[in-house]
Amino acid sequence: MEFSNVLVFIEQREGVLQRVSLELLGKARELADLRKQEVIAVLPGYEVSEMIDELYHYGADKVVVCDDEILKIYMTEPYTKVVAEVINEEKPEIVMVGATAIGRDLAPRVAARIQTGLTADCTSLEIDEENQNLLMTRPAFGGNIMATIICPDHYPQMSTVRPGVMKLMEKDEKRQGECRAFKTDLTHDAETFKILEVVKSIKEKKNIEDAKILVSAGRGIGSQENLALLEELADTLGGVVSGSRAIVDQGWIERESQVGQTGKTVRPDLYIACGISGAIQHLAGMEESELIIAINKDPHAPIFEVADVGIVGDVKKVIPELTKQLSIEIESTKVV
Amino acid sequence: MNIVVCIKQVPDTTEVRLDPKTGTLIREGVPSIINPDDKCGLEAAISLRDLYGAHVTVLTMGPKQAKKALREALAMGADEAILLTDRAFAGADTWATSSTLASAIRNLDYDLIVTGRQAIDGDTAQVGPQIAEHLKLAQVSYVEALDKEDNTLILKRMFEDGYHKIAVKMPCLITTLSDMNTPRYMSVKGIYDAYEKEIKEWTLEELDVNRAHIGLKGSPTKVKKSFTKGAKTAGKKFEINTANEGAVIIIDKLKEKFII
Repeated sequence: MEFSNVLVFIEQREGVLQRVSLELLGKARELADLRKQEVIAVLPGYEVSEMIDELYHYGADKVVVCDDEILKIYMTEPYTKVVAEVINEEKPEIVMVGATAIGRDLAPRVAARIQTGLTADCTSLEIDEENQNLLMTRPAFGGNIMATIICPDHYPQMSTVRPGVMKLMEKDEKRQGECRAFKTDLTHDAETFKILEVVKSIKEKKNIEDAKILVSAGRGIGSQENLALLEELADTLGGVVSGSRAIVDQGWIERESQVGQTGKTVRPDLYIACGISGAIQHLAGMEESELIIAINKDPHAPIFEVADVGIVGDVKKVIPELTKQLSIEIESTKVV
Repeated sequence: MNIVVCIKQVPDTTEVRLDPKTGTLIREGVPSIINPDDKCGLEAAISLRDLYGAHVTVLTMGPKQAKKALREALAMGADEAILLTDRAFAGADTWATSSTLASAIRNLDYDLIVTGRQAIDGDTAQVGPQIAEHLKLAQVSYVEALDKEDNTLILKRMFEDGYHKIAVKMPCLITTLSDMNTPRYMSVKGIYDAYEKEIKEWTLEELDVNRAHIGLKGSPTKVKKSFTKGAKTAGKKFEINTANEGAVIIIDKLKEKFII
């Protein structure tokens, strides 16, 4: 049996396409081009046809739509059933799923059903030029070691990828593709549990994974009150405030804003680490940022090992001064 | 009600050593604990038993040293402990691990299977759902709170952006989060009792499992190589005397990179 093409599970929640799926399409496009293959997007949901064009624009050649009322809200078994069936029909060589609270529930179940291997939370996917195997690299032991995993004798080669790790392909609104409506064969028997209530946490704050600029706080900021200094800097730059595990554990900011191995992986254009010492688990979540600026009193803080610019000084003094000068700077460029 | 809690013994520290030949982790000689998510799952199971009555069996797969984790589970209050230990099980990936655990669970009576969401050494979160698939059971993962009404569990299933309140009929499998509770300490009586209790050891002989589905050979995924992450090279570090100096250096860099 011939396996080919790269298949991406498209995650949507209440009709909102999840960014990680678009990131995966970008990576899938890259791998498929190397192999001269196609990118297939599998889109389970209910009344989701409006999302199809977006998937072409971000790299899909073909969209398999699984439209069924039972797929409206994520449930393990109905999703497992349709995704496993689509994989069995399409016979892709590679399958990618976002490592979210949905993807990490779905992917292992699908992999066990179709009897193939699965590599969790990959940070890099490459093709081995020698034998065309997919090289799936992931952190383990809290990011202390990296392991490259292969799945040489089973197909498809499946992996989950954390949000924020792969780069979006530049959107091409001219790209078009082929759509296939998959005939779902679902009954209410597939609902192995019942959802009594769906509760969304009220979140006005911007998602730190989407932010281009992050001003990130560590224990070195001294107190929760000093977060206001970082908020001001973030506002001036049009960025968002995030934090290390240490301050999340202190309750200074919410867990949703935590950067690191046990939090979120981010890769903004600018990451300003304020009073963050830089435990390896933290570095694992941010070291791919384009530009890293670190401010810390301790000249030996590990954060300086990944920073492009390190300022050894008092974050409580440098930040307000920086905000002040930036406002002047930005104001002056506006006039010009 | 019969509850089976799957636990994993994991290294306590982030000290890691690798076998240079196989690229797999060497676990011997590293201080070990019960994986935190699993320990909270065990606490949840024992609490359920205290409220409604149940028999709690803890199950782990590993070398003989993993008995220590089972001993601790017994001292916390588990009723029975089983160690799956056989050279043939070694080197398993999540697929082979879940096949092995599932085959052991088939030998037991169960209404509820509890696993931690993920282990701190591998961080995969895969074994729980894969056990459920092998046993054709309903699964609810990322559980942060649970209650029981007759034969139904009422669960709080967490997502990044909220939660679902879910009702699931037993038998089923849940994976638990560390945020759900604070595990009890071992009691003196518990520790004493734990040493009275026998830890059952099951080898391949006791399991009805396809040999092609276990251990290193039965694992679809292989570790090709392990390596410590090459650190990103450090940029420039400036010792400053005034806040102004620092601000100027940063602004120059932001201009250079066209961020402002």
